[in-house]
Amino acid sequence: MQLIAQILFIIAFVFGVGFFIRNIRKLTRNIKLGKDIDRTDNPKERFANMARVALGQSKMVRRPIAGIMHIFVYVGFVIINIEVLEIIIDGIFGTHRIFSFLGGFYDFLIASFEILALLVLIGVIVFWLRRNIQKIKRFWANEMKGWPKNDANYILYFEMVLMALFLIMNATDYQLQLNGADHYANEAGIMGSFPVSQYLLPLFDGLSNATLIIVERAAWWLHILGILFFLNYLYYSKHLHILLAFPNTYYANLKPKGEFNNLESVTNEVKLMMDPSADPFAAPDPDEDEQVPEKFGASDATDLNWVQLLNAYTCTECGRCTSECPANQTGKKLSPRKIMMDTRDRLEEIGENINKNGEYKAEEDNKQLLNDYITKEELWACTTCNACVEACPIGIDPLSIIMDMRRYLVMEESAAPNELNVAMSNIENNGAPWPYNQMDRLNWAKEEA
Amino acid sequence: MAEAIKVPTMAEYMAEGKKPEVLFWVGCAGSFDDRAKKITKAFVKILSKAGVEFAVLGTEESCTGDPAKRSGNEFLFQMQAVTNIEVLNGYEIKKIVTACPHCFNTIKNEYPELGGNYDVVHHTQFLKSLLEEGRLKVEGGKFKGKRITFHDPCYLGRANNEYEAPRDLLRKLEVELIEMRKCKKNGLCCGAGGGQMFKEPEKGNKDVNIERTEQAIETNPEVIAAGCPFCNTMMTDGVKGKDKEGNIEVKDVAEMIAEAEEL
Repeated sequence: MQLIAQILFIIAFVFGVGFFIRNIRKLTRNIKLGKDIDRTDNPKERFANMARVALGQSKMVRRPIAGIMHIFVYVGFVIINIEVLEIIIDGIFGTHRIFSFLGGFYDFLIASFEILALLVLIGVIVFWLRRNIQKIKRFWANEMKGWPKNDANYILYFEMVLMALFLIMNATDYQLQLNGADHYANEAGIMGSFPVSQYLLPLFDGLSNATLIIVERAAWWLHILGILFFLNYLYYSKHLHILLAFPNTYYANLKPKGEFNNLESVTNEVKLMMDPSADPFAAPDPDEDEQVPEKFGASDATDLNWVQLLNAYTCTECGRCTSECPANQTGKKLSPRKIMMDTRDRLEEIGENINKNGEYKAEEDNKQLLNDYITKEELWACTTCNACVEACPIGIDPLSIIMDMRRYLVMEESAAPNELNVAMSNIENNGAPWPYNQMDRLNWAKEEA
Repeated sequence: MAEAIKVPTMAEYMAEGKKPEVLFWVGCAGSFDDRAKKITKAFVKILSKAGVEFAVLGTEESCTGDPAKRSGNEFLFQMQAVTNIEVLNGYEIKKIVTACPHCFNTIKNEYPELGGNYDVVHHTQFLKSLLEEGRLKVEGGKFKGKRITFHDPCYLGRANNEYEAPRDLLRKLEVELIEMRKCKKNGLCCGAGGGQMFKEPEKGNKDVNIERTEQAIETNPEVIAAGCPFCNTMMTDGVKGKDKEGNIEVKDVAEMIAEAEEL
């Protein structure tokens, strides 16, 4: 019986982890569909940024209630994973509380796991209340209908159940140890310390050891199977941030937020135009015909760079960006969070297409990120103020995607709003966005002060 | 002061075989917009008072390309940038000061990769350094004790992490500085950036400048201080839209210093 349980556990474990690895492979393949960008510079500064923002949660606490609750859940989940390690070893070898040889330190560990589990439970319940009862506005925006809304609640229910199972498992285990049950009790005394689950003991009052073992085993199995399931749920959910927040902050932009990249393809063209020695009648390079000329800007997810795609998978749809966006606050259609969700959803669609056909077949879906997901109206509402970038607790940059798409609209489709076209032709003709003569630029100095 | 102020150009300096200490990049708004020209003049008066040897490019100056770049027209931006860099490098410019955060950001951050490397400062940073060097003295004056709130320009604040220089200047004026609930890192845009200055806003339920002006009015200020000609226009319009132009003035920090010193 014990052996069967061990074998079943190993099968479940291998299957769970194997499936997870498969998902991670799909994820990295999709991210690599993005264009190349070099973010390997300044490793020290990048590590520091990751340590501060992801590990240290420094931007989360800018909103204190959500921030502190999030730290409970985050620390809880990270630390309780030490206990999961013990659970896995016990599962494989059929042991009981293998780390208990640590003695007093083990008691301390179990006690802190229990307290953290309680804090996680409190945090998750507060999150649920904020989302569903208090109905905080950013959780009820247009893009949060259907799956995104349900996804968020499923995650919260899952965490509640996992923590409850963990505490039930400990409570029954403790009772079995007190009862001196075989396999559970140890001559050395009680293994572990149960500051939280001891209060659950009255629930199991009067149950026989056999029943207690069933409850304990059931809780143990559901808890670990739940974790394995949750691990695989990540890929299909916004919850991927628990993993991707780390690479995302590491590869985040370190330059001043106001600095937008200069398109290299354009620089080459401009240099050629300004170069007096360039031969306008030169025969084209024979190799050049073979290549499709590079697209300016982005009309689809794969025109973006891989960091932007990583951003899209990292987004956990908290909506801080959208709640800080001046366009969104004043009722415009633009929502930076939607930009990220659309990019991710479109990339997933491309990924599915590749899974099916071996390579991306455009004729299969006839869709692109622009228009089918993100409309021009959204793109033109942006003031490039960087509030969304500043607000993101894990270094996502929705503005860079908006800019790349505007570039496509203007340079490939000449589809800027008419007033902007007027301003741009003024700049071109007279060096100012208004129709004033460049020769009048110093007239102010002759006017009366 | 009825007479025009002396504003030397780079060409004049060059003709005399001299070099100014700093180039004042006036910008399109500062050159052409009636409201922004007042900021330009105020700043020039302070420079003269402090004995700063400055010059402008005058008719050789052209748009930095910021509105084009932010609208997505990278071609036009880089054409403007390369042309400007040619002029600036021709004069061997080392240091540039500008009263426009958009020009400031573009020349400082986006020109280097295209061959334009200069020490670029915003006028509030420059004025602060003049104070620190003792070349300019600012003490109290007509704004002393007045309730003032400062609106952070996105391209000075979030874009380049400069929040304190304009506030330090206001403190020198001994004003009662009151912060809006959205300030510094969390400051709300005036609504003009990203090319919005030159187009109608998309459909919504409010204009961004009205939203921001309401936040400013909450602090019950006598003056809304600004550090950007575009913010200045947006906030001035917002104040008018709220029928408050009788009680609240919108002024650039440089204008406030010039007025306090009765320049």
